[in-house]
Amino acid sequence: MNEILEIIEQDPKIDPAEIARLTGQSETEVRSSIKELEDSGIIRKYKAVIDWDKVGEEYLYAIIELKISLGDRSGYDEIARRISNFNEVRSVRLISGDHDLSLTVRGHSMKDVAFFVAEKISTLEQVQSTVTHFVLKTYKEDGVTLFEKDKSKRLAITP
Amino acid sequence: MNQTRQYISDRVNAVPPSGIRKFFDLVIGMDDVISLGVGEPDFVTPWHIREACIYSLEKGFTSYTSNAGLLELREAVSDSFHRDYGLNYDPEDQILVTTGVSEAADLALRAVVNPGDEVIVHEPSYVSYKPSIVFSGGTPVVVSTTRENEFRLTGAQLEEAITPKTKAIILSYPNNPTGAVMSKKDLEEVADVAVEHDLLVISDEVYDKLTYNGKHTCFSSLDGMDERTILLNGLSKSHAMTGMRVGYAMGPPDIIGAMLLIHQYTMLCAPINSQMGAIEALNKGDSEMQAMVREYNRRRRLFVTGLNDLGLDCFEPRGAFYAFPSVQSTGMTSSQFAEELLNQQKVAVVPGDVFGESGAGFLRCSYASSLEELKTALERMEKFLG
Ligand SMILES: Cc1ncc(COP(=O)(O)O)c(C=O)c1O
Repeated sequence: MNEILEIIEQDPKIDPAEIARLTGQSETEVRSSIKELEDSGIIRKYKAVIDWDKVGEEYLYAIIELKISLGDRSGYDEIARRISNFNEVRSVRLISGDHDLSLTVRGHSMKDVAFFVAEKISTLEQVQSTVTHFVLKTYKEDGVTLFEKDKSKRLAITP
Repeated sequence: MNQTRQYISDRVNAVPPSGIRKFFDLVIGMDDVISLGVGEPDFVTPWHIREACIYSLEKGFTSYTSNAGLLELREAVSDSFHRDYGLNYDPEDQILVTTGVSEAADLALRAVVNPGDEVIVHEPSYVSYKPSIVFSGGTPVVVSTTRENEFRLTGAQLEEAITPKTKAIILSYPNNPTGAVMSKKDLEEVADVAVEHDLLVISDEVYDKLTYNGKHTCFSSLDGMDERTILLNGLSKSHAMTGMRVGYAMGPPDIIGAMLLIHQYTMLCAPINSQMGAIEALNKGDSEMQAMVREYNRRRRLFVTGLNDLGLDCFEPRGAFYAFPSVQSTGMTSSQFAEELLNQQKVAVVPGDVFGESGAGFLRCSYASSLEELKTALERMEKFLG
C-alpha cells in the first residue's frame, strides 16, 4: 500500500499496469488497492503542480496569518472550515507561534487579494488581526522544485 | 622521440586496458544516447550530506586528517556495522578510511600478497580486481560463475581452484556486473573452504545496502570469519557518493595496520570534506538511502520484466543495480549486440565479457537511470530486436 502511495505521489498520472510492473503485483491487485485508497479518502485527489509564472498567468499569492479569538463554543475547526469555503483560499493550516491560522490566498492582483482579506477575512468575528505577506516568487511547491533541471553530470560508461 | 628503452614496467605492460574504455570511446560524441552503461547511481548525493561537506569547507576544514581517517568517522563506521550486522570493529585499530573501496582493495592486496602468491577471483566481476592482483605482484586465479547457478560462487568451485600457493579469495557480492547475491548458506560454503585451507577473504561489499529480496549477510559476521576477513565497504553506491571518494577497510588489527602503513606513505588520507560528508551520511543518511533503494527496486522490477518480455533471458538480480541478460537467443556475441544496439538505436550497454570471459553472451545493463529512460531503452531494444 505505502509503496503504491509513494509511486502515485511522485507521478499521479501513472498507469496501474505500470505500477504493477514496478511493484511486482498483478494489475488487478493494484487496481483494487487504488480503489480502496480512494474510497477510504487516503488518496484525496490527483493534482498537477503548475508553474503559472511560466504560462504568463498573472496570479498573485499571499500568505495570510491570522490571530483568532475563539468564541464560547466554537473551536478552530469551525472557523477553519468557514474560511476554507472561499475559492480564493488555497490552503488553511493551524499553526504554532504568534499566530493561529495560516492561509494561502490566490488572486489576480495585489488589490484583489487585499480587498478579499479586508472584506471577507478581517470581518469575521473570531479574527482579531491579520498579517499579509505577498509572495514574490515560488521556488519550490509541495516538494517540487521549480528551477530548471540540471543536466546529468555522469560519464556515459563507467565500470 | 628517440626512445630505445622500454620505460613502462613489465608488470603494467602485462595488464590490458579495460574493455570499458573501448566502449566509452564509441559512445562519447554520440547524441541522444540512453546509457545503461553507467556503474554509479543516477541520484546526486542527498543534500544534507552535500551540505555537511560545504559547511566543512566554510569552517576551514582543508587540512590532512590522521592517516587512518577522522576518529569520528571511524566511530560512525563501527557503529553502523554494529547496528547492521552485530560486528564489533574497534575504531582505534580495526578501521581504515580510504579514498573509496578502490584504494582499500589495492591496499589489502599489497598488504598481503607476496610475489607468486595466488589470489582467487570469481568472474564475471568488477574489472579492477585482476589488475590490482597483478600490480601487487600476485597471480590471479579465475573461477567462473554461471548463469545456471545464478552467478554464485560455490565451495566446490573454490576447492578446485586452490593450490598450495593460494593465499586469498576476493569475494564480491552483491555482484557487479550480474546483480547476483549470496545467501548466508552460500557464504558458509566459502567460509568452510577458507578455514580448511587457511585462506584470507577480501570481501568487497560496497553494494550491501542495495539488496531487494531479503537482507544482505556480511561475510565477516559468519562464525569466526572476522579473523580472516578484510571487509571493504564505502558510501559510493549506498549514498550516491562516487565522486567523493570515501571507503573503508575493516579487519584484524595487524592487517589493518599493514594497510595503514602503505596508505600513510602513498595516500596520506582521504579528502577531509568527503570524510565529513561521510559522517553525516552514516549518522543521518538512512532514510534518504532507503528511499533510493525503494526506487531502484521499482526500476529493477520494471526493467527485468521488460528484458524477459523481449526474449532476453535474465535471471532475477537481487542486488546492486545491474541486470545481466543473455543475448544467446539472438545469435550475436555480447560485443556485436552492444555495438549494433548502440549504432542502430542509441542505447549503450556494456558487453558482459568485459567483466571476464564467463560474461560472454551477456550484457550488463545498469538500471540506475530514470524510469523514463529505462522505458525508452526497452522500447528501443524492442525495435532493435524487431
Ligand atoms: C564491486 C565494486 N567495488 C568497488 C567499486 C569502487 O568503489 P569506490 O567508488 O568506493 O572506489 C565499484 C564501482 O563500480 C564496484 O562496482
